[in-house]
Amino acid sequence: MIKTDIVIIGAGPVGLFAVFEAGLMKLHCHLIDAIPQAGGQLSEIYPKKPIYDIPGYPTILAGELVDNLMEQAAPFKPGFTLGERAETIDELPNGNFVVTTSQGTKHEAPVVMIAGGLGSFEPRKPIIENLSDFEQNGVNYIVKDPDQYQGKEMVISGGGDSALDWAVYFAEKNGFVHLIHRSDRFRAHKDSVAKAYKLEEQGKLKLYTFAEVKQLEGKQQLEKVILETKDGIVPIDTALWFPLFGLSPKLGPIADWGLEIEKNAIVVDTFDYQTNRSGVFAIGDVNTYPGKLKLILCGFHEATLAVQSAYKRINPDKKFTLKYTTVQGVQGFD
Amino acid sequence: MSDINITVIDREGVSHKLIAPTDMNMNLMEVCKSYDLPVEGVCGGMAMCASCQVYVHTDKHFGERNDDEEAMLDEAYHVKSNSRLGCQIPISTEMEGAEFELAPEES
Repeated sequence: MIKTDIVIIGAGPVGLFAVFEAGLMKLHCHLIDAIPQAGGQLSEIYPKKPIYDIPGYPTILAGELVDNLMEQAAPFKPGFTLGERAETIDELPNGNFVVTTSQGTKHEAPVVMIAGGLGSFEPRKPIIENLSDFEQNGVNYIVKDPDQYQGKEMVISGGGDSALDWAVYFAEKNGFVHLIHRSDRFRAHKDSVAKAYKLEEQGKLKLYTFAEVKQLEGKQQLEKVILETKDGIVPIDTALWFPLFGLSPKLGPIADWGLEIEKNAIVVDTFDYQTNRSGVFAIGDVNTYPGKLKLILCGFHEATLAVQSAYKRINPDKKFTLKYTTVQGVQGFD
Repeated sequence: MSDINITVIDREGVSHKLIAPTDMNMNLMEVCKSYDLPVEGVCGGMAMCASCQVYVHTDKHFGERNDDEEAMLDEAYHVKSNSRLGCQIPISTEMEGAEFELAPEES
């Protein structure tokens, strides 16, 4: 059991900033996220897009904002459970909550903050009849712990950033990768596309355009993917296929946590962004209230106020006054 | 600047008459959302998801698909020749009377 002061569900910008604000009040945080990296939508959907409405930054790339927030939170040593989806929130007799993930990891804390954005990111799956037969046996929708695939032959499908970035990564690391894409236009950043073409010239990447995996074969483990290409059917022997067609957010288990939901968002009280379950807060895009705007900067404000209330719940009799960081700086945790 | 009238058919086949301003720099995805139609617009309008895919029922296609849109539609599902991403169609006076249909949700 992982024990902390605040379990934060969602490691996007608002969840990360909550770690900083909680740290100033000497509260420890642990973040859970369904995708294997921090940053939420900013990392998953638009890491290379500039954002123009972060106060003090006339322009900043989404990926850079995440890096900065990680750096800002670092002195407070947040814990992370990444690549696991928060499934349930149970209450213990002592009033603490236990958040359990899809992999069964348990986290106990007196306060839960849901900073889940639009929900957890679920893979966009291709439409192939026996796809589910191979989901534990060679078909993977996200690359988690890339080291485990070292030296292995693999097929990657997709034309977005994640498909191209991983194809380039494994082509360089393993010396060979197959990349399949339905057209010859790519959503991915042009630098990644240029790198892929260069690796193809070097014989490290075989690119199939206007091609699509249509069938999967294998006894139990995946053994072969069958491509339909403009030149006909092409079989490729492989035990690993990564269909990386992006992820799309689904509210998922959040809807089953006994929270008041309105239009796919959690209803909160704007006094402290607490939900109808005392001790469970919702901040950022995942919440709703009269006048709500889904903006990162509003999420930062919500996180700051929610943490004040969390402090009072955790330390009901302990005095605290707001401290300006300009006075004492940031005192991180040992 | 004047408002225009458009029709959007939702996924249940119900037709909605919408009035959209042409001077607020809005796109079709945003207009649908402002009427609480079930258009997600996950990426906020960057042509980086296909949750605002529509079928254009009118002959005019209101500009060609741009490169980002084309690349996104290459990976989307339920794509037809008259598919566009709502977020890539700016509201303009030439859309007066046009009809759109929301494409099915992906899953």
